[in-house]
Amino acid sequence: MSVTLFWTGFFVITSFALYIGIAIASRVGSTDEFYVAGHHVPPVFNGMATAADWMSAASFLSMAGLIAFSGYDGSVFLMGWTGGYVLLALLLAPYLRRFGKFTVPDFIGDRYYSDTARVVAVICAIFVSFTYIAGQMQGVGIAFSRFLEIPIEAGVVIGGLVVLMYATLGGMKGITYTQVAQYCVMIFAFMTPAIFISLQLTGSPVPQLGFVGNVSDGTPLLVKLDGMLTELGFAPYTDGSKSTFDVFAITLALMAGTAGLPHVIVRFFTVPKAADARKSAGWALLFIGILYLTAPAVAVFARTNFIETVNESVYDAETTALVEGESETPDWFHRWETTGLLAFEDRNGDGRIQYRADPETNEVTTLNRDIFVLANPEIANLPGWVIGLVVAGGIAAALSTAAGLLLVISSSISHDLCRKVLFKSMTDKQELLIARLSATGAVLIAILAGIYPPGFVASVVALAFGLAAASFFPAILLGIFWQRMSKEGAIAGMVTGLGVTGAYILTYKIFGWIPNDAEHWFLGVSPEGFGTIGMVISFAVSVTVSLLTPAPPAEVRELVERIRAP
Amino acid sequence: MAQDKSSARKAYWRANLGLMGVLLAIWFTVSFGFGILLRPWLDLVSLGGAPLGFWFAQQGSILTFIVLIFYYAWAMNRLEARFADRLGSDDMPDPGAPAATQEDAS
Repeated sequence: MSVTLFWTGFFVITSFALYIGIAIASRVGSTDEFYVAGHHVPPVFNGMATAADWMSAASFLSMAGLIAFSGYDGSVFLMGWTGGYVLLALLLAPYLRRFGKFTVPDFIGDRYYSDTARVVAVICAIFVSFTYIAGQMQGVGIAFSRFLEIPIEAGVVIGGLVVLMYATLGGMKGITYTQVAQYCVMIFAFMTPAIFISLQLTGSPVPQLGFVGNVSDGTPLLVKLDGMLTELGFAPYTDGSKSTFDVFAITLALMAGTAGLPHVIVRFFTVPKAADARKSAGWALLFIGILYLTAPAVAVFARTNFIETVNESVYDAETTALVEGESETPDWFHRWETTGLLAFEDRNGDGRIQYRADPETNEVTTLNRDIFVLANPEIANLPGWVIGLVVAGGIAAALSTAAGLLLVISSSISHDLCRKVLFKSMTDKQELLIARLSATGAVLIAILAGIYPPGFVASVVALAFGLAAASFFPAILLGIFWQRMSKEGAIAGMVTGLGVTGAYILTYKIFGWIPNDAEHWFLGVSPEGFGTIGMVISFAVSVTVSLLTPAPPAEVRELVERIRAP
Repeated sequence: MAQDKSSARKAYWRANLGLMGVLLAIWFTVSFGFGILLRPWLDLVSLGGAPLGFWFAQQGSILTFIVLIFYYAWAMNRLEARFADRLGSDDMPDPGAPAATQEDAS
């Protein structure tokens, strides 16, 4: 373990030094640079930064494990978290870039000629970003505590201070170039173990292809896995358990939510022009796709490996004699048992592990899905430095997302709230100071939220996507494509979308007023997918209210004409 | 001249909406269509052990999305070049970008 500790420390410290070095090199002196990096970011770099910004600790550490244990149902994350980029590239990003200002509330406030609309947008942006950031900070803390033998609190504080340093010094410019570096760390860390495991299982050095590859005896890997699972009483991997309508609703909510998340949208404000925004969305999805096309493969590898090496293995070879053809439980299993994330109970007393679907006979009593990406290098018998690299990758994924969210919070306060609503006569210098102060304040709150995570952190991710899908997405989309959309329509649409979606998720996931199962859901839609219903309601309310209220003034119609023109 | 510009702008916007419509139809078909609604039928065929509907839901749709966005970026550049002389961007400066980098950046 000490070799692992050494390499983990080495990679984490080196990567932190790199991030801070970039921050010092990209200090900024104006709000234009602080909010949107002066609109100077080349499309390829913006694509990389967007990929790092977008892929959070959850994408990097949890997604593959989640898919491994949900099979087809896991597709909602794969399609939902990538399909949103098509909506962004076609429907939103180029027009918002041509609008040419700094933040999402900026667009809402100007397009809907109303400070009320702007304030509603600020509240949505801050709420969505805080729910998200708490999870990132917690991820950093966990990575530190498990691999560097540092208390979780200290890990959160160290991570927070590093983000604080490059976010306040360099603003968007600093964040962009650290995110480019973080993308490289992250993708290298994710791909290295995936390539080795793919070689071991399928002989293919390209894990994305190993997914549809054959194992050594010529059987396709997925057919083999389906067979093994059915034998143990599980449903086949390629079958799903969710209803078709629910899969549809969750996928659409995640897509529209992705397109409506302010920290993603704002990345497209940083490129020189609208054509670059389109191109850069393509690069972003390509860079995201490298990981997202590998994740389903890693999921299949992990599930197959787990069954092959753990099921029917002899737990302790000292006390139980090995019969011919049997093997010992691998060392990584014992190591992860000490963390409490994996547990074995010898129910039938035969000294062997039986992994089954039936809870009566299943002996793997605890199995945390989040361990798979971290345990992968050990499962594949890779050297200690690979584990260190994966830890640094997980921290990079969490920090890059946290920094992007932080900037949304700070610009919402300094630019949209202070400069545009409260103190309109503020100078650029004062605004920059407030931007830095609010970033500092936001980091401190995020650190607290990471140390004392509110119990509902896991469920609020659904909330963040649902709210973005039901508020920002309709308001921005109609703002661009429907000139008649009035301020009353926008405000009513955002408020109802937020209210209905928020109430539904609170009811089922946070307060548990109604049992959270398919029988009690509205139209059989889970809270994760309810953003879709909220979005439909928000669209309907926006259109109805707009038609009943006066049309927007001439200058707003000119604004819409301007952002549509090439 | 102003008349010509306004009709050119309309034609440009119509062409853009048409292109968008086609691409969004493909976006919907590969994900919600092949990956979700039509999966029971597509799954009858298999690709390297992966039932086709399942494959579209986990990899095929993502690959298509990437191609769609790059195609849109390319097609829009071509469309804008075609309308460039009729529309001209001189009277609507992009407020965020310095004028000098506007034309030569791509």
